[in-house]
Amino acid sequence: MLTQDLFEGVTPRGKMLFTAGLGALLLLPEVADSYLISILTLIFWFAYVGQAWNVMMGFAGQLSLGHALYVGLGGYGAAALYMHLGLGPWVGMLVVVPVCALVGMAIGWLGFRFGVRGVHFALLTIACAEFTRVAFDHITALGGSGGLFLPVVGGRGDDLLMLRGSPQLYYYVMLVLALLALALCRIVTRTRLGYFWLALRENPDAAAALGIPLLRVKLLAVGLSAGMTAVGGVFYAFYYNNLFPDQVFAMGRSIEILLGPIVGGIGTVFGPVLGAMILTPLGEGASLLLEALGITLPGTKQVIYGLMLVLIICFRPAGIWPWLAVKAGLVVPPGETDLREKGEAE
Amino acid sequence: MSLSLTVTGLTKHFRGLRALEDVSFTVPAGKIVALIGPNGAGKTTCFNLIAGVFPPDTGRVHLAKRDVTGLRPDQLCTAGVGRTFQIVKPFAGLSVLENVLVGALHRERRVAAAREKAAEMLALLGLDPQAHRLAGSLTLPDRKRLEVAKALATQPKILLLDEVMAGLRPTETDAMVATLIGLNRSTGITILLIEHVMRAVMALAEQVIVLDQGRKLAEGTPEQVTQDPRVIETYLGHDLPEGAGA
Ligand SMILES: Nc1ncnc2c1ncn2[C@@H]1O[C@H](COP(=O)(O)OP(=O)(O)O)[C@@H](O)[C@H]1O
Ligand SMILES: [Mg+2]
Repeated sequence: MLTQDLFEGVTPRGKMLFTAGLGALLLLPEVADSYLISILTLIFWFAYVGQAWNVMMGFAGQLSLGHALYVGLGGYGAAALYMHLGLGPWVGMLVVVPVCALVGMAIGWLGFRFGVRGVHFALLTIACAEFTRVAFDHITALGGSGGLFLPVVGGRGDDLLMLRGSPQLYYYVMLVLALLALALCRIVTRTRLGYFWLALRENPDAAAALGIPLLRVKLLAVGLSAGMTAVGGVFYAFYYNNLFPDQVFAMGRSIEILLGPIVGGIGTVFGPVLGAMILTPLGEGASLLLEALGITLPGTKQVIYGLMLVLIICFRPAGIWPWLAVKAGLVVPPGETDLREKGEAE
Repeated sequence: MSLSLTVTGLTKHFRGLRALEDVSFTVPAGKIVALIGPNGAGKTTCFNLIAGVFPPDTGRVHLAKRDVTGLRPDQLCTAGVGRTFQIVKPFAGLSVLENVLVGALHRERRVAAAREKAAEMLALLGLDPQAHRLAGSLTLPDRKRLEVAKALATQPKILLLDEVMAGLRPTETDAMVATLIGLNRSTGITILLIEHVMRAVMALAEQVIVLDQGRKLAEGTPEQVTQDPRVIETYLGHDLPEGAGA
């Protein structure tokens, strides 16, 4: 029943491909080297956080250019709870997720309350992330600009509860998180709230006329998006074991987070996943290639991402997924889904 | 299922421009009333004030006994006001059915039930063949119908229709008129409509309010206002509204 809902509108071929891909990913750590595992973990991470950003922009139409804020707050929050109170990351999430959701909603409320819309709201999100970055540079209890380091305890095997262990552990955890986010978004877009988000995105005035309380619905989108992103931040902290305000709160990170969904397809559920699958290997591959050639060119990744973005905007402004999915016969084209559904209901 | 609407002394200025000045009228519960007047007369502004898009400078809006002045659009929808937009506002990236589904979800929390309700509305407006097309791909007359279907899906007690017949062929106008009369008879829904198509006004409205340059010029039965010299002078006389001769 649930899987039927989750795969609604996906063709048998799409289901087969998804299952095969997932199976391969589950088995892969048996054969892959640690480099490949680390790249895939990174892909899962960007797929996950892209998914979170997509809730706000893709579904509810609210542009955030400061999602690094929630990565940083989530990461620092969980790291502090771990180092000072000995609380594991999963327990830490129970604290940092609601906190980040509230921070997001507070920013959202400020913006919406004072009529800061569109681009100006996006600027507000940047300002909040930048302000927090500077603030963290000066919080000495959390390492300040010198960074915060989580103790690395080796040789005790994989500890899922404390999220300490081998690359394989992080690989599987991040894979599961990305899958959960995918499922969550898939479900939420078919709920009443999900439809309200889409209406808000498409036309706020018309949405309000149909009785949708815009402020509440927007805040719920920001809250969910920020809370989900915080989980990505917690994972980041425990995976890399170091946090620098310059890195986690960086504007560049906020941008990297939203590139995946844009390339894959804003407002689609699989777009962020596809985007991460394309961009991360592209960036890493370029770095590898340059390294092999013995060339040091800082910013290559950014240039490649930039080029990719230009190509997408020119040729597939809706992203690659909506086009690919229909072209490759992975999903039933939108109109026909509903027809089939109706046929079943009768 | 019906509600009376009373506006008293409604005034709205836009940066010095007088859009509406001291306009009062009542739409009795269960009646169909038309609001007519030349372009720029303030008709749409009047709708926006009733539907809460912006508050009036002065004046009040009452639904039955309840003062609803200054409420937000969504609160007015909850209070029972459904409205269409003259400049249509479809959710272009959603299917026609989903557009109406959003409206139906206002009072029906379950998506499956709301979907059925939405399908009913589409059938009522003759939009069912287009149910699964993207709303952005509809022709203008169909978009006007979609506006009506969306508003009706919220199960309003009073319906505000802003030029929904514009661009419809005479037979289509008659079909829309029949639909609206049918709705009014079966549910008792109150209807206030802005309309240039006199064929529709004459067939539908029991009462007509004429606005001109932000002020109420005349009020009466369709026969009375079309024979009113002031109305003929400022409106019907030279600027013959679309379809008046049809
Ligand atoms: N939101 C607005 N901002 C500024 N001026 C407006 C606005 N809405 C309407 N107006 C002006 O108010 C006057 C009345 O417009 P409107 O109510 O749309 O007339 P009608 O619907 O009768 O054609 C027009 O001069 C119009 O330009
Ligand atoms: Mg108008």
